[in-house]
This record gives sequence, C-alpha cells and structure tokens, in this order.
Amino acid sequence: MKQAEAPTSRSDAPFHIGLILLSSVYLVLIVGMLVADASFTTPRAIWKILGSAEIRYAVKLSLLSCSLTTLLSLWVAVPFGYAMSRFRFPGKGLVDALVDIPIVLPPLVVGLSLLVLFQTPPGRLIEKVVPFTYAIPGVILAQFAVACAFAVRTMRVTFDQINPRSEQVALTLGCTRGQAFWQVTLPEARVGVLTAATLAWARSLGEFGPILVFAGATRMKTEVLSTTVFLELSIGNLEAAVAVSLLMIMAAVAVLLVVRFFGLEATFGKAV
Amino acid sequence: MIRLENLTVRVASFCLAGIDLEIPSGSYAVLMGRTGSGKTTVLEAICGLKPVAGGVIRLDGREVQHLKPAARGIGYVPQDRALFQTMTVRENLAFALGIRRWSRAAMEQRVQELSRLLGLASLLDRKPCGLSGGESQRVALGRALAARPSILCLDEPLSALDDETREEMYALLESVQQYAGATILHVTHHRGEAERLADRVFHLQDGRIREQAGSESLPASPGR
Repeated sequence: MKQAEAPTSRSDAPFHIGLILLSSVYLVLIVGMLVADASFTTPRAIWKILGSAEIRYAVKLSLLSCSLTTLLSLWVAVPFGYAMSRFRFPGKGLVDALVDIPIVLPPLVVGLSLLVLFQTPPGRLIEKVVPFTYAIPGVILAQFAVACAFAVRTMRVTFDQINPRSEQVALTLGCTRGQAFWQVTLPEARVGVLTAATLAWARSLGEFGPILVFAGATRMKTEVLSTTVFLELSIGNLEAAVAVSLLMIMAAVAVLLVVRFFGLEATFGKAV
Repeated sequence: MIRLENLTVRVASFCLAGIDLEIPSGSYAVLMGRTGSGKTTVLEAICGLKPVAGGVIRLDGREVQHLKPAARGIGYVPQDRALFQTMTVRENLAFALGIRRWSRAAMEQRVQELSRLLGLASLLDRKPCGLSGGESQRVALGRALAARPSILCLDEPLSALDDETREEMYALLESVQQYAGATILHVTHHRGEAERLADRVFHLQDGRIREQAGSESLPASPGR
C-alpha cells in the first residue's frame, strides 16, 4: 500500500504567491493613483496655481482650521480616552458606541446633522454669539465633529496600553490622581498624543462632506483645500484640481512619515 | 505594625472576607499562598489600591481603610516594578520627595544615600528601559524607600530573577530592613524566600490567613 505524502513536504509556494498577488493588486492601485496625479501636472503648473489668491486663501484656512481642530480634539480626546480606559461607569458601552458614530456616519449626514442642530433653539442662540453655519467656525466644527472621534479612539488605545500600575505606585508615593496623571501617565502617553494629533490633523485636512453641507464652499470665505478640489472640478479646471490634490497628498505623506518616525504603526492600526 | 481586622475585599466576582492579620512593628513578614489565592489583593487593600468592603486596616495603630493611598505612608513595590519609564533612575528615586516638596539639595542627598545603599550610583542618569531585572528591582525598592515609609509592601519582589540575582536581592532586602527599620510585608509563593527572609510566615488559604506554626519564634535571618 502506498504511504500518504507527509503534510510537511507540501510546498508553501502557492500560499506565498497568493499572498503576494492579492496584496500587489491594492499596492498597484495606490501607486498607480499617485503616479497618475504626479504625471498629470508639472511643478511649474503647481507653482502657478499656488499663485492664485483663492487657492492661497484655501491653503491658509486649511492649515489654520486643521491645527485648531487638532488642538480642540486633543483637549477633548485626552481626558475622554483616559476616562474610557481607566474607569467603569454605567452606560460605558453606550458612550463607547456613541463615539464611533461620527466615524461610521456618511460624511454628508454629519454635515446635515450639524446644519439641523444649529436650526434648533439652542443652536440659534449660539449662532447669535458665534456664527457657525456657512462661516469659518463652521469649518472647524465640521472637522472637529469627525476628527475628534479618531483622536478619542487613539487616546483610549494609548491609555489601555499604559500599565495602570505606574499610576497606582505614584498614588502610594503621595500623588493625588491628578498629579499621577500629569506627572506619570501623560508623559508616558506622549507618543499616543502625537499619533492622535497627526490623525486628527490628517482627518481634518481630508474632510469634505460635512464642510460642504454645514460651512459651504464660498471662495475666499469657507473654502479649504478639499473644497478647492471640488470647486475646480466643477468648473472643469482639472489641472488645478490635480495640483491641489498633490498638495494634499504631500501633506498626507508628511503625516505618515511623522507617525512612522515615532514608531506608531501599532497604535495607528488599532485606532482606525 | 500592620493589623487587619475582619477585612473584606471584593474584586468583581472574587471576594475575600473575614481576613485577620497582625504583623508586629519592625518584622519581616512573608505572606504565602497559591496563585489566585488573593495575596496581591490583600496587599493592594493595605496600600489603598483596592476598595475595602468591610473591616479595619490599622497601620501603626492608625485606622487607614478610608484614607487615600497617599496618606497611608506605605512604600509599595509591585510585582512588575512599574518604574516610571519617562524618568531617569534619579528622577524615579526622587519622585516621592518632589511630591513632598523637598528642597533640591535634600532630594539629591537622599538620592545619593539610596543609590549607595542599593548600588545604583552608576545608573542614576539612565532610563529604566535598559535596566536588568535586578537593577529595576533595586530602583523600585529605592523609589518606595525614598520618603522613609514605616511600612514596606513588596509584591513578589524576587520573581523573574535568576538565581544569582536572587541571592544578591536576599542580602539587599536584609540590609534594607536593617537600614529602614520598617515593617515589611512580602508576598510570594516561593517557600525559599520565606525561609531565607521571614521573621513571620503567613499562609493565605481558602480565604483565611493563618500564621505558620512556630514562625513567630523563627530566628532572625543572618545579617539581622
């Protein structure tokens, strides 16, 4: 009787080839898009387009709004992530699910919900003090509504990964909870804070739907880079749209480099 | 002195009830028990890191079960050492002193004193991440001793150390008790540690702490 072939003698090549082929399809798509964008225009054309006052305004507003959104997101995400990581309380599961809503909602729905919110009596009251709808604060709020959710998730993962024991030791050494947080836990979370900041910044830069619906896309007023791409496309100026897209790609690559430089692949991956 | 009277501690579904224990001042007590028996829970309750559901904890005659960990005057060394990773060894040693607003000169003097006792002089400017197990344990001990606590709680302080380092740590723990004069509660499941270090040996079994017969008359370890 012929003895059956030992399982270990079978080749692993088909498995490896399968992995490589399937992964390559997606890599080719990404590289293809980037190369197509880069070859569509020239540095001279990009420089010329950047000379336009409208686009310079959009660049400035994007940088300003993304940076402000990042600060606001961290301001909320650090305590929120810490509370979610360290404390048990009734309804924690519900709170956890609520934070995910801006991540899973269609972007246009986020914008529409903001618009409706500011039509309610409390919303109108706020509008009398600080106008949000179709105004610059609206751009920041639209970015914040989504970016903050990513920052909270990142900070929660960060605090989950930090050994609470260090904090407990700090308590026995004479610290209050606040001192233990500021002096021990937050310094250990600094890498996570940076990841949350880069994620929030990148997410804000790419935000389009909520801004379009809630803040509009008025030139020299509420126009940011993502809306510039839309506006240029809508008037058939493909070259300008691609040039602005390239700017955004460069910003995204810079963010990725910062994240990789600080060795945050794990946190990045789990957070998103 | 550490005294537990009818102590009850609940952690999720785990419950220890009716725990009594008395460790005289200046003793080196070892609390033994199987993994999962609740040794660490008792230690953490004494330190104020686990809420007490009932009973009394007295430290040097003072009722502390309602006090925050900071107010109990305990030096705590957890099993995983939990050194402050962003700080140097010097900053770890001086941490409790900074919280108590000691002057810079007094802090430096205390750090030097501890570094001589624990053999840390050459490591003061290093961060914890590159330290060996024995070095980390010495830093954790120094950090706990810095503010001169009258009680020291050590959670499996010699686990995960090789035999040679373990021998060094036996000698070090003996000299630490001699130097600090503190009441020490050392939690372990390693019989050799109890035989080598303890004045008093206690066993936590089936939710009760019993003192090992005759352990109160155990001879003091060499060097003490």
